[in-house]
Amino acid sequence: MKPANILKALLYAVGLPAVLVLIWWAATLGAKNFFVPTPGTLLSTFAETWFGERIVSDVLPSLGRLVVGVVAAIVLGIVAGLLIGSVKWLRALTEPVLEFFRAVPPPVLVPVLMLLMGITDSMKVVVIISGCIWPVLLNTIEGVRAIDPVLSDSSHTYGITGAARVRYLVLPSAGPQIMAGVRQCLSIGLILMVISEMFASSSGLGFTIVQFQRSFAIPEMWSGIVILGLIGVAMSFIFQFTERRILRWYHGLREVENAV
Amino acid sequence: MQSETTDKTTMPAGSPAPAGRTLPEGQAMLSVRNLKKVYQTDGGPIEAVRNLTFDLRAGELACLVGPSGSGKTTLLKCISGLMAPTEGQVLLDGAVVSGPPKKMAVVFQEYGRSLFPWMRVRENVELPLKNQGVPKAERDKLVDEALEAVGLSHVPMSYPWQLSGGMQQRVAIARAVAYQPEVLLMDEPFAAVDAQTRADLEDLIRTVWKKLGVTVLFVTHDIDESVYLGQRVIILSSSPTVIQEDLVIDLPEERDQLNTRALPRFTELRHHVYEQIQLAKQGHRPAAAH
Ligand SMILES: Nc1ncnc2c1ncn2[C@@H]1O[C@H](COP(=O)(O)OP(=O)(O)OP(=O)(O)O)[C@@H](O)[C@H]1O
Ligand SMILES: [Mg+2]
Repeated sequence: MKPANILKALLYAVGLPAVLVLIWWAATLGAKNFFVPTPGTLLSTFAETWFGERIVSDVLPSLGRLVVGVVAAIVLGIVAGLLIGSVKWLRALTEPVLEFFRAVPPPVLVPVLMLLMGITDSMKVVVIISGCIWPVLLNTIEGVRAIDPVLSDSSHTYGITGAARVRYLVLPSAGPQIMAGVRQCLSIGLILMVISEMFASSSGLGFTIVQFQRSFAIPEMWSGIVILGLIGVAMSFIFQFTERRILRWYHGLREVENAV
Repeated sequence: MQSETTDKTTMPAGSPAPAGRTLPEGQAMLSVRNLKKVYQTDGGPIEAVRNLTFDLRAGELACLVGPSGSGKTTLLKCISGLMAPTEGQVLLDGAVVSGPPKKMAVVFQEYGRSLFPWMRVRENVELPLKNQGVPKAERDKLVDEALEAVGLSHVPMSYPWQLSGGMQQRVAIARAVAYQPEVLLMDEPFAAVDAQTRADLEDLIRTVWKKLGVTVLFVTHDIDESVYLGQRVIILSSSPTVIQEDLVIDLPEERDQLNTRALPRFTELRHHVYEQIQLAKQGHRPAAAH
């Protein structure tokens, strides 16, 4: 990219946020609403609240559970999806059950899992997995089912079967669908990370934010919400970067198809 | 070469179904025996192929022509073990085909969908060899030769979807050639290429066929092409499909786009095939098939 273009892209990226902060700043100029801090207050509170002990005691453990839960959900979802998608009878057998489990809202599992597993890290990770796995699993199944029959026949006649088939045909072919599932999985993961810490927890981002709210530490509470937003944005960037690399062929193909 | 004994006139008189040329047991590379295929669909059964019997000698080049919908693709899928026939069987080197045989390559009609869009041209051609554990050096040589032969050595790093339809089809052909099969099945492989490339590719197929001694079954719509390419043309009737005629092409072995096509015998043969296909289209069926 040319420097001028980079500058333009940067302006577009930060333009709207800047305007929003400006509006926020103007709206809170004279007002003394206890529940809405000014940008300045929030900024100083943010630094005070999070750049210290809390990074180690709350932020990093939460992030750790989020990463473990999301990665486990993605791996499990893809593996199970490949299996279920490839085996016809397995699909017929599992479809109704999957529909049922997918329909259960994961937050209601928190109390149940608390009883079964106690208030532990693994319980929180399981909550994250139980909600995140569905989009990956169902998308993978769909992706595997949608493999082009001609391509499948081609692979078959050239003796590409078993593990080679999964590696060279099934995974790449289902890739676009799988990545769509992963995208959903990430946002659900963040929500569940917070929720899993809101009940009877003693640390973590979700716990801390609820704690601030209960003790009327309003600017601190807002700063926690900002942290969550930033984590979400970071995850989305990492995802887009990875997706671009893995699915370069797919975006190119789409471009060619759309140009016709 | 084509002797009188292999002519269809040696077919036993009054055979139950019209048959293509068959060989004594143990001499055929590929045998199709009373093959019937009925698709079971939601709209009821569809009889794509009624009864086909013919043999291909090892190293033979046969063309298969027939009206659209006469079950040519269906036949190739049964031969390549991708689909089980409803009745009858396919034998490769004496063994019944029940799944894709190792030493067979197929070039599909839907060329655009038979290449891996996530792999570059070179990787597409290389994958079957890699999967078979062919050493890297030999693999590279085979891939280079195959790409060179189809005139695509300049685009090894492109993705298939960046190429024109005809180029994609040539990649699929290169992949089959690099694989060095004993039997090569091709389903209207030149449908998407321009006339000049088509002529070049026809000669390429004959060169590869002679060089590798591969047995080729070549499906085409193009009558001239079938006569020019084949040692033999198998003409299918319209659906429900039987063999309309199994014709020996007694043109000289050395073929040449200009001279061969100018031979009076070429014109005679192409007239004959044309007439048979017209008859097939009008629903005329060989006597024994009624
Ligand atoms: N998967 C399928 N399910 C049901 N019917 C099918 C299927 N594939 C082919 N048929 C039917 O079988 C018949 C033969 O089809 P096939 O594709 O083998 O013909 P073809 O000779 O290859 O035609 P073309 O020259 O147009 O490629 C057609 O009537 C077609 O509708
Ligand atoms: Mg066809």
